[in-house]
Amino acid sequence: MFHTEAHAPENRHYEQLREFIREQIDKPGPLIQVLHRAQEIFGYLPMEVQDFVAREMNIPHSEVYSVVTFYNFFRTEPIGDHIINVCLGTACHVKGAQLILDALADELDIHVGGTTEDRFFTLSTARCFGACGLAPAMMIDEEVYGKLTVDKARKAIREFRKTTEKK
Amino acid sequence: MKLEDLKKIREKHQKDMILRDGDARVRVVVGMGTSGIAAGARETLRAFLEEIEKRNIADVIVTQAGERGLSSHEPIVTVLEKSKPNIVYGNVTADVARKIVAEHIVNGSPLSDYVLEVSE
Amino acid sequence: MKKRLDVLVCGGAACIASHSQDFKNRLIEVVKDHDLEDEINIIETGCMGPCELGPVMVVYPDGAFYIRLKPEYAQRIVEEHFLKGRPVEEFLWQAPEARKIVEEKRQIPFFEKQHKVVLENCGRIDPENLNEYIGNDGYQALARCLTEMTPDVVIDTVTSSGLRGRGGAGFPTGLKWKLARRSAGDVKYVVCNADEGDPGAFMDRAILEGDPHSVIEGMAISGFAVGASRGFVYVRAEYPLAVRRLRRALEQAREAGLLGESILESDFSFDLEIRIGAGAFVCGEETALMASVEGHRGMPSPKPPYPSEQGLWEKPTVINNVETLANLRHIILKGAEWFAAMGTAKSKGTKVFALSGNVTNTGLVEVPMGITLREIVYDVGGGIPGNKALKAVQTGGPSGGCIPAEHLDTPIDYESLAELGSIMGSGGLIVLDEDNCMVNMAKFFLEFCVEESCGQCSPCRIGLKQMLRVLERITRGEGRLEDLDDLERMAGTIKATSLCGLGQSAPNPVLSTLKYFRDEYEAHIREKRCPALVCTDLITYTILADKCTGCTACARKCPVNAISGEVKKIHVIDQGICIHCGACFEACKFDAIERR
Repeated sequence: MFHTEAHAPENRHYEQLREFIREQIDKPGPLIQVLHRAQEIFGYLPMEVQDFVAREMNIPHSEVYSVVTFYNFFRTEPIGDHIINVCLGTACHVKGAQLILDALADELDIHVGGTTEDRFFTLSTARCFGACGLAPAMMIDEEVYGKLTVDKARKAIREFRKTTEKK
Repeated sequence: MKLEDLKKIREKHQKDMILRDGDARVRVVVGMGTSGIAAGARETLRAFLEEIEKRNIADVIVTQAGERGLSSHEPIVTVLEKSKPNIVYGNVTADVARKIVAEHIVNGSPLSDYVLEVSE
Repeated sequence: MKKRLDVLVCGGAACIASHSQDFKNRLIEVVKDHDLEDEINIIETGCMGPCELGPVMVVYPDGAFYIRLKPEYAQRIVEEHFLKGRPVEEFLWQAPEARKIVEEKRQIPFFEKQHKVVLENCGRIDPENLNEYIGNDGYQALARCLTEMTPDVVIDTVTSSGLRGRGGAGFPTGLKWKLARRSAGDVKYVVCNADEGDPGAFMDRAILEGDPHSVIEGMAISGFAVGASRGFVYVRAEYPLAVRRLRRALEQAREAGLLGESILESDFSFDLEIRIGAGAFVCGEETALMASVEGHRGMPSPKPPYPSEQGLWEKPTVINNVETLANLRHIILKGAEWFAAMGTAKSKGTKVFALSGNVTNTGLVEVPMGITLREIVYDVGGGIPGNKALKAVQTGGPSGGCIPAEHLDTPIDYESLAELGSIMGSGGLIVLDEDNCMVNMAKFFLEFCVEESCGQCSPCRIGLKQMLRVLERITRGEGRLEDLDDLERMAGTIKATSLCGLGQSAPNPVLSTLKYFRDEYEAHIREKRCPALVCTDLITYTILADKCTGCTACARKCPVNAISGEVKKIHVIDQGICIHCGACFEACKFDAIERR
């Protein structure tokens, strides 16, 4: 779900989205599912994409915008190729998640919510992804890393970068 | 599907029948829920498959399951053997997985240090 | 001449008493039948020792040790072992290690005190293999509903089992169904609430990942009972693996004809669709969840009308939680009495708790209702690491409260937790020890609710924010004693006047900590001190002159240059500059920095 297929919207991305909308349009209440797909394709939901969704689904842009801004999961700003989500749920809070978050912000030299200069990582936070037994935890894209220490977290993102760049 | 089909599948796949189905002598079940994967269950699964292939053991099958509950001891692996108690192992890293193949599955002596539960 | 195998049959008194002679004679016959006399050497020995396992026999050179032998086993042993070289496992003595482990490990309390019903399949069966689910009685309950029961009988069974919703409030499931069944209209919906938003709860994720068909079967049963042919599973976007496994399971069920038209050749048709949430805690509230399924902003709406009368697209709708649904097949197959026999007077069955925080064994624990918190934390959970003292157990997430150590022996069910100022909620159980600050915990949950408030009603939107500001002031050491009364008064108003469950319960963490840990609040206010040393603004770091070696490690680490001192001379922290980050404390190797 966190996967990003592009930075800049291109025609073929709009084509992909149009096709998905066509499949969904007859189902009841498809807007949120369409926005999920749109974010998968574009990485985020800029005004142009929202406008496209509104026109294709024949609903007011204001309705699309109201839904996009209501849910934490939808982003209106671009992000890096990979997103790090540090869990700030209760179990992780109790086990020192803030220290992990601070360390990663320091490691990447960005603020929470920010993206590295090379657009590789975005650092974000999440509300519990259910790995409480392994608190404190974080996710890089869809992969969960548990039982973190400050050192383990720093090492994990360095290794992730190394192995990903090799590919 | 008809009712009789459901009944047939059920009889064929009941708990104690799992091993009699085919030639498997041992079945290794790796817990692959979110907690298991976060603790390295993918590497564990890979280690089992590689070790079994390397030793050319034909009568062992490896399957996946969800999580058994004890997150702090993930990755968790269950070894089922014909007419022996089921053994649940905890903290099964790739290294431990290779040891389980060598000592438990091949030589028949479970690794007591990693055992969490034994059940009939 | 040395023979190929030496077979030692025990001729001790005990083995003879258990008819070892009969076995031996039969063995000799079978060996003769196979013309193996020249290869096999059968010897009768004296007592080998393990008399309770007799008759016993050892085969050399491989040392295979057979126990409890009967004459009829001889044929197989000769054909399999003597001829083909494959010892007959079933008759062998298990390796002594295995036996020892069986005896020692069966007593592990983590598993011992649990009673697995809902989690029975989790971690055992392959969630992506429908056959394994069916092999464990899967879809038998649905089959029974369709062939032997009427919808009313199903509802009666669930009602008399005493099953209550596992998602939070504990509303009786059977009653909910009855109301929806009675509602007029041809089109009805069932919805599975898998928007497990309480931080600290993850049983729904584990069930969806480990046993997705049990939820599908539960939904089909509830659809049959209320007369719905369509259902939705509303699942969090934060659970990608659960979504994947559920999607797979739905495809398999459809292919096998367990979902779709005329299921199992009955006249019941039913199908399901997955709806992925988008990260809004308030969507766990049922009216907000329905708005979100319809594709709108997830804003709660006033009740009545209740979903059972006017729910999704204004049609009667039943919303059940994942764990509730996973219980259904067991109730149908084993009966209402079986289920009602577990638990307390008003809370039946088992409950899955997600045990986390400062406890040795973390994870999911399924126990009968009515067990005590002490049993969960100390027996199942293995106690607190480092022998620290338990301070409280937080239950029910941001809508719940903190239960202090003195109430650990209360049998837990929906009612007893409410009496203690908390709630069952979805079953998150977070263990807090002496190093956790209760004011900080209250602040943590309040911050959560402030961020997650949908904003449509002012008590929740504005009131919670005001409470948070007061708490922030207290944790900075700027609190006043009157603040505590103000907090209680605001909490009361917010609870009484908020539209939905989020606002009505958001003050609970503050109220319960004020009730049980008022002294900690007072320490923050009167003494400007955080007893657990968590609230950074209230921690002071000082260098102990008699321990400081002047190594300069602390001064080099200090990010704001608050530490001065020359090499090999005593260092000093300027409290006016210090930002209480603790870097010096971590850096000092001589325990020369005091943290208070």
